[in-house]
Amino acid sequence: MTTVYEKSKMLTDAPMSYCPGCTHGIIHKLVAESISELGVEGRTVGVAPVGCSVMAYNFFACDMVQAPHGRAPAVATGLARALPEGVIFTYQGDGDLAAIGTAETVHAASRGENIVIIFVNNAIYGMTGGQMAPTTLPGQVTQTSPYGRDVKTAGYPIRICEMLATLDGTAYAERVSVNSVPNIRKAKKAIKKAFENQIAGRGFSIVEVLSTCPTNWGLTPVEALKWLEENMTPYYPLGVYKDITAEEGK
Amino acid sequence: MAERILMKGNEAIAEAAIRAGCRHFFGYPITPQTEVSAYLAKRMPKVGGCFLQAESEVAAINMVLGAAAAGVRVMTSSSSPGISLKSEGISYIIGSDLPCVILNIQRGGPGLGGIQPSQADYNQATKAPGHGDAHVMVFAPSTVQEMVTCIFDMFDLSEQYRVPAMLLGDGLLGQMMEPVEFPDVKVTPAEKPWAANGHQNKREHNVVNSLYLQPDQLEAKNIERFERYAQIQANETRAEAFETEDCDVLVVAYGASSRIARSAVMNARAQGLKVGLLRPITLWPFPKKELLKASKTAKDILVVEMSMGQMVDDVKLALECKKPVHFFGHTGGIIPTPAEVLEQLKTIAGGAAK
Amino acid sequence: MASYNMVFAGFGGQGVLFTGKVVAYAGLIDGKEVSWLPSYGPEMRGGTANCSVCISDLPVGSPLVTEPDVLIAMNGPSYDKFIDAVKPGGVVIIDSSLVNPSKRREDVTLCEVPATALSNEEHLEGIANMILLGKLLESTGFASMETVEQSVQKCVPASKAHLLEHNLRAIRLGMEQ
Repeated sequence: MTTVYEKSKMLTDAPMSYCPGCTHGIIHKLVAESISELGVEGRTVGVAPVGCSVMAYNFFACDMVQAPHGRAPAVATGLARALPEGVIFTYQGDGDLAAIGTAETVHAASRGENIVIIFVNNAIYGMTGGQMAPTTLPGQVTQTSPYGRDVKTAGYPIRICEMLATLDGTAYAERVSVNSVPNIRKAKKAIKKAFENQIAGRGFSIVEVLSTCPTNWGLTPVEALKWLEENMTPYYPLGVYKDITAEEGK
Repeated sequence: MAERILMKGNEAIAEAAIRAGCRHFFGYPITPQTEVSAYLAKRMPKVGGCFLQAESEVAAINMVLGAAAAGVRVMTSSSSPGISLKSEGISYIIGSDLPCVILNIQRGGPGLGGIQPSQADYNQATKAPGHGDAHVMVFAPSTVQEMVTCIFDMFDLSEQYRVPAMLLGDGLLGQMMEPVEFPDVKVTPAEKPWAANGHQNKREHNVVNSLYLQPDQLEAKNIERFERYAQIQANETRAEAFETEDCDVLVVAYGASSRIARSAVMNARAQGLKVGLLRPITLWPFPKKELLKASKTAKDILVVEMSMGQMVDDVKLALECKKPVHFFGHTGGIIPTPAEVLEQLKTIAGGAAK
Repeated sequence: MASYNMVFAGFGGQGVLFTGKVVAYAGLIDGKEVSWLPSYGPEMRGGTANCSVCISDLPVGSPLVTEPDVLIAMNGPSYDKFIDAVKPGGVVIIDSSLVNPSKRREDVTLCEVPATALSNEEHLEGIANMILLGKLLESTGFASMETVEQSVQKCVPASKAHLLEHNLRAIRLGMEQ
């Protein structure tokens, strides 16, 4: 019998705890497949954040460390310095990475830490029930921006890839989306490339993945995919913001 | 025997850490402990180690968490305000059962406080190093030499019990130079089958974690950890007794203030007063049985600290308030003098004789 | 032997901390218990600097010297700050090129050495502190000259080894004052 598809061995059999329609599951799969295809499961250590993916340590079959809120890049730094042969990644949401963990993120990038950051941006705090995130769009209604995010008082969303691309230490920054099959394919390519960078010792790579939160957005999964495309993509354009391998190729 | 050399406390700690097999250090500059970082910035690259100046104390302690999770010997260093910043990470490290060594070269507080020597972080270190039911082992050496010997033990014990170890020093011990010799010992770090260092496809995946969403699991985890704490309390208390056999008044002091207290006790003995000194070397676990033994003949106890009085509470608890416990201290960076302590002893001894 | 509790004080950059270290190391070489404790603070250069040095047969209690039996003062503010603390019978050594003693105590021995002027005359610029160390050695005999020579060798970093002879010459000059 020919095997046409099987679940990545980098994923455990634990049932995922994510809400129906949430795209975390897809992103987990892309990360797991990338690591498996590169054959580095045995030397990979992942860092789980605080947020919806706090229990990512239950789902990835590599060694995992659970970090305090926002500190995953610092924890990953400690791991990377202790395990020079290790493949180290963090998996973080927008509140974790772009609010409480901004300093750790920026400085890990500026040091050019040889780590991969998978940054899941769904424009909201999911685990705590739908509060305004640093990436919440202007006018977007959340539990803590009930009249819509007013930039006069709540400020503007942060575009992480654009910001990190300005740092010399960043090797690779790309924003992708998982709202359609073609986009999922592109996301897989980007995530795999980030891990290839790390294996080659190229330094800090971040892949920002635009993701949905049907539960807290108050939409059906299908509506959520559409909302992402119509609202998030214009504010957070997809594409490569920095790639030192492309620059080297010039 | 190794040569005795003159070394600053902060630098001696750093050298001791390297000799104890520590090859990873993450820190952030703060007076009066910065020489630890400066020394390791020079030394670590020469021994193939990692020195990293983090962007904050918060980041530094989380780098410690990552390196400790990977199974290597790792240390960080700070002074009082920086330890407050680290307390989040310390709690996670405790909750993840990771070994590491943390230095607190104390300065005056609260807030930005001052930069002169202080012992005002006793309660933080021994009672609440972070949120939750949590302890770290706390060592309080009183000489540069003792700081060195403590560092070796702290790495070993921290791995043995999977509990972080904190060295509670102060600006005086960190800044002063004293003769020191480094023990010639073979370091054998513990096996760490729990480490998240890559399973190499040879074992199940390891998870280093402090999250237990089921209350019964979290309670069980804490109970298991407290069983280890109980072992530490039973086996690892340390204290030095000086002239305590027949004492009427027992002074209890640790670290820098114990040096002053010792001078005062010697002067008091020279004047015919029966006084002694108990110097706790571990503050958590608190050396209760050593205190009970040293205070057998004492009618009064005098606790001397460079704070408004913190360890004094543990002394009262250990003695179950059965004897009068007096307190003398200075805070804010003022170092008590032997003459002041002697004055206290005379007053108390005068009262005790009546 | 006697024990010594000394204070070395002056401006940052005059080498008072270094002088104290040489003295402490000499004590160590002689097999004594010693301690060296600097003042520390936000000032780096030009501010006041001082250190306490204890040399004793017994373990050193407080390394902070509050009643010195030896004071070396290299500027006026340091002299003013510490002169009242000196124990009766103590020795006070000043760089008289820079310190004009406002207050004189009858119960201490005051040694006035124009160390800065001497250092300029003798092409020993910047090491007036070593001239005062020579005077300290001569007036207290806290160690032998041989010991102090060894100590200077320990304390002068390898990168400045060429200054070793300079330092020793300054110490000898101080002993003759």
